[in-house]
Amino acid sequence: MTATAALPTTALAGLLLAMADDEFVIGFSDSEWTGIAPLLEEDVAMSSLAQDEIGHAAALYGLLAELTATDPDAIAYDREPGEYRHCRLLDHGRGDWAMTIARRYLYDTADSVRLDALVGGSWTPLAELVGKLVREERYHLMHAGTWLDRLARTDGEARDRLLAALADLGPDAATVFTPLPDEPALLDAGIIAADSAELERRWRAAIAPTFGRLDLPMPPAAREPERGRQDHGQEFRWLWGEFTMVRRSDPGAIW
Amino acid sequence: MSEAGTQIGIARLRAAAVLGHGRGIDEATVRAALADVPDPELPTLSVVDLGIVHRVTIAPADGSIRVEILPTFVGCPALELIKAAIATRIAAFGRPVEVVATFEVPWTSERISPAGRAALEAAGIAPPGPTTQATLIDLEARVPCPHCGSRRTRLDNAFGPTQCRTIRYCTDCRQPFEAIKPV
Repeated sequence: MTATAALPTTALAGLLLAMADDEFVIGFSDSEWTGIAPLLEEDVAMSSLAQDEIGHAAALYGLLAELTATDPDAIAYDREPGEYRHCRLLDHGRGDWAMTIARRYLYDTADSVRLDALVGGSWTPLAELVGKLVREERYHLMHAGTWLDRLARTDGEARDRLLAALADLGPDAATVFTPLPDEPALLDAGIIAADSAELERRWRAAIAPTFGRLDLPMPPAAREPERGRQDHGQEFRWLWGEFTMVRRSDPGAIW
Repeated sequence: MSEAGTQIGIARLRAAAVLGHGRGIDEATVRAALADVPDPELPTLSVVDLGIVHRVTIAPADGSIRVEILPTFVGCPALELIKAAIATRIAAFGRPVEVVATFEVPWTSERISPAGRAALEAAGIAPPGPTTQATLIDLEARVPCPHCGSRRTRLDNAFGPTQCRTIRYCTDCRQPFEAIKPV
């Protein structure tokens, strides 16, 4: 790694916040299945996945807090809904099982491409964490891929619901690759290996064979490419109310 | 006092008796002491057998002891308990202690020692199958059943009661069992 003086702190903080908010929001959304998943095994799986993602978020908020000398819990819980920087794909709530599987598949495949571009990056704390994350995310990819396959190949209600979910999520799928603030600085510093446009190309190439095999429509381009991590809607406001409820009930409580 | 507390107390006395208070402590001494610290979720395994002890450093200046550990999973909720248990055990040496988590190298299930694998099996939890660098998980891996030894087992759920476990099923003795997730 080059001298600390050259570290593009603002751009790096933007990257960490986007990644952490993504993991945090999908983790909380998935935890909505705890107790009510369609199968007992999926109750266990979604709860474990949610725990993984919230753990990843905590680690990323931790790096961000060290970088900016703030408190990770304050970043996670004390912002207004409009200040979160997760992608719009994750603004879509839990929905039905097909919606959850479609959202997970689109996000996990995109997250995987993003993580691969961070492996071996020049900022050691993130590169080391990513080296660990990719090992865990493989299980998430397998889970989402298995269910996508199953729903897509079961004609009737399963496939119909999956197609409806993909139609709903599709225009927001590529928001994972919304350009980050001052992205060129991250590339120049060697923190990430490719820009958002290139990562989106890699993601499309990665999922095209599966979408082709299952005869599913590829997600279109994002509808508002520049605003893909802003303007979170009503569904996120509800989730925010849920996950900040305990914190707001007794601000400053010591656990 | 809890059972764990009693055991830590005994271990502390034993360490003080065997080692002398603060004399002749090196990395091997500290690692040997860590073999007394159980994993809270898998108490038949020590943190050493689990392979999470990464680096032990003793500062030449003041003799303070620093232990770096590798989380098994990024979001492992037992991490703070493990750090506290290690700090308590090492405090028996009567020196300043620091326990920190690092991702400098990723913990993988290959780091579980042969003794650790045997302890898992004795507890009815299958040791992890082989890991791979491939993108896909090997669903066909033949993990032996910890109850009957049969290799005719299948993955029932890649996720289990803790982040580090999967649920499998033995088609011979028809028992479900848990296995450590290869990661």
